[in-house]
Amino acid sequence: MAGEAVIRIRGLRNQFGRQVVHDGLDLDVLRGEVLGVVGGSGSGKSVLMLTILGLNRPSAGAVELLGVDVLRGDAEARAAAQTRCGVLFQDGALFSSLTVTENVQAPMREHLRLPAPLMDELAALKIAMVGLPPDAGPKYPGELSGGMRKRAGLARALSLDPEVVFLDEPTAGLDPIGAAGFDELIRDLQRSLGLTVVMVTHDLDSLAAICDRIAVLVDKKVRVGTMADHMRDRHPWIQEYFHGPRARAAFAAADMASGEGS
Amino acid sequence: MEDGPGWIRQAEADGRLVVSAGGAWTVAGAAALEQAVAALAPGPAGQVRFDLSALERVDTAGVFLLRAAARRYEETGADVALEGIAAQMRPLFELVAGNEGREPPEAPRSNPLTAVVERLGRSTVAGVRELTALVGFVGEVTLTAARISWRPRRFRIVSLTNQIERAGLNAIPIILLMTFLIGIVIAYQGAVQLRRLGFEILTIDMLAITMLRELGVLLTAIMIAGRSGSAFTAEIGTMKVNEEIAAMQALGLDPVEILVLPRIIALVIALPILTVFADVIGLLGGAAMAVVSMDMNTTQFMVRLGEAATLPHFIVGLVKAPAFAVIIGVVGCYEGLRVSGGADSVGVMTTRAVVLSIFLVIVADAVFSIMFAAMGV
Repeated sequence: MAGEAVIRIRGLRNQFGRQVVHDGLDLDVLRGEVLGVVGGSGSGKSVLMLTILGLNRPSAGAVELLGVDVLRGDAEARAAAQTRCGVLFQDGALFSSLTVTENVQAPMREHLRLPAPLMDELAALKIAMVGLPPDAGPKYPGELSGGMRKRAGLARALSLDPEVVFLDEPTAGLDPIGAAGFDELIRDLQRSLGLTVVMVTHDLDSLAAICDRIAVLVDKKVRVGTMADHMRDRHPWIQEYFHGPRARAAFAAADMASGEGS
Repeated sequence: MEDGPGWIRQAEADGRLVVSAGGAWTVAGAAALEQAVAALAPGPAGQVRFDLSALERVDTAGVFLLRAAARRYEETGADVALEGIAAQMRPLFELVAGNEGREPPEAPRSNPLTAVVERLGRSTVAGVRELTALVGFVGEVTLTAARISWRPRRFRIVSLTNQIERAGLNAIPIILLMTFLIGIVIAYQGAVQLRRLGFEILTIDMLAITMLRELGVLLTAIMIAGRSGSAFTAEIGTMKVNEEIAAMQALGLDPVEILVLPRIIALVIALPILTVFADVIGLLGGAAMAVVSMDMNTTQFMVRLGEAATLPHFIVGLVKAPAFAVIIGVVGCYEGLRVSGGADSVGVMTTRAVVLSIFLVIVADAVFSIMFAAMGV
């Protein structure tokens, strides 16, 4: 894994009225890693993601995405950096007036000039890659189940073959089998496409199964480390998070899986 | 890091065809790369070697196009081998190979003529169904209203006052402005035409009768249909999308009682009051125009207006207001509850609610006219 940082955050401060969400937050996301972001409700996980994407202006600090200054860089460079990122919002956030195929093609139409047959074939390829059946393409988002909408959202996020993919609670609302399948899909695609993945999640199974490092948002800052690092952390919230009964069950399952694999 | 643009060329070596590709094969250059692939000239059958060792960067679109190029040679019967793929690109080639060529099933094509007939049939059936469902909804609302009147303490008084404020009080400025302007227009147009006949004074009769009997209430109803009927549909429809309606029903709360009835009753109260405002300001607008453009002083105008604007005319207009209010409220809430799916459905239903309620208001107005004519008022 190369040590190059694709996202570099320094001294980030986010404040809404009198409520300070982030203060002096530093974070590096390295190329090719899967970074899980966890934190209690209101700790600013979504705000952090929106800030990196340039959708939220922080009170102070510097954010660099793929070598571009998100806050002060010129608009063209920022737009170029954004097209190299894909985002999967919670519950897909698909455009409800477009079919799945049109949703996947929407970024291509906006940013590139491709012939229609090629776009159709590329969209079909992306739809297949995320494990949707071919007949999902002409359907509208309203006709899909929650799990299929997430997969369709992922296909749209991958439309332009991004380098960095942001996932907001990708497994929330899925049944355990569906969630495990989605984890596996993310892992496979991350390896095949060489993606860098930033994943906001509360699914301890996902954290244990596919995240290389975990960023924990506590005390308005972020603590980054592997699962083992966090297990040793003395911070009370982190202790409770990684040593609770649910965490133990998830890690036991992950240990068993890796034991069988080797 | 900037990679060179993608390229592909074929050459012959030792009697074998070698196609080499390099540079960046990414979606950004896909249009040009597709043309380059299409320009390749597949030779006679034999062995073809693809040398991909010069590839600097590929993504799924690039791999897809490279494989499409390989397929062109295969179609001529050649034996194609992809070689020189860098180790880190292999998983991508495998991923694309495993997922490509799955065309979505073709939608069944139908004869355009039968399709027109089919659409006509479908929309007719849907229209009839909608009308019967609307009648059913009116029944439901009536039953709920009857139930509530037995136990008036269940009625949501706070919701009612809130709705009256939004649909009634907040609408006053626009209603006043609109009817004042219409009053001016009628007085001016009437005066110009009637002057030629020498009956300029009858302008005041015309103004009073059209304003009080028809335009005051009709314009107010149309404005409220666009303003409040659409808001009802959008509010209730958005709640439907957010599953708030389902949550209400699951908690044993009746959406008709909580959402629909206060809105309809608020309109039934607000629309007649707005109509009175509209009537008065409409006459005022006409009076202003008459005094300015006709040789008539204010006293003369007032005397003539007092003779023309009789109570029956005023009552005939006002009686229609509650009926129009019920139409607008019922249609707005009904279309809101019919929202299904996502945001686009809210838009479709809102449009339909406004169009349908204005249409039904005008139909009702025609029915009233016939009725009053038969009654001789």
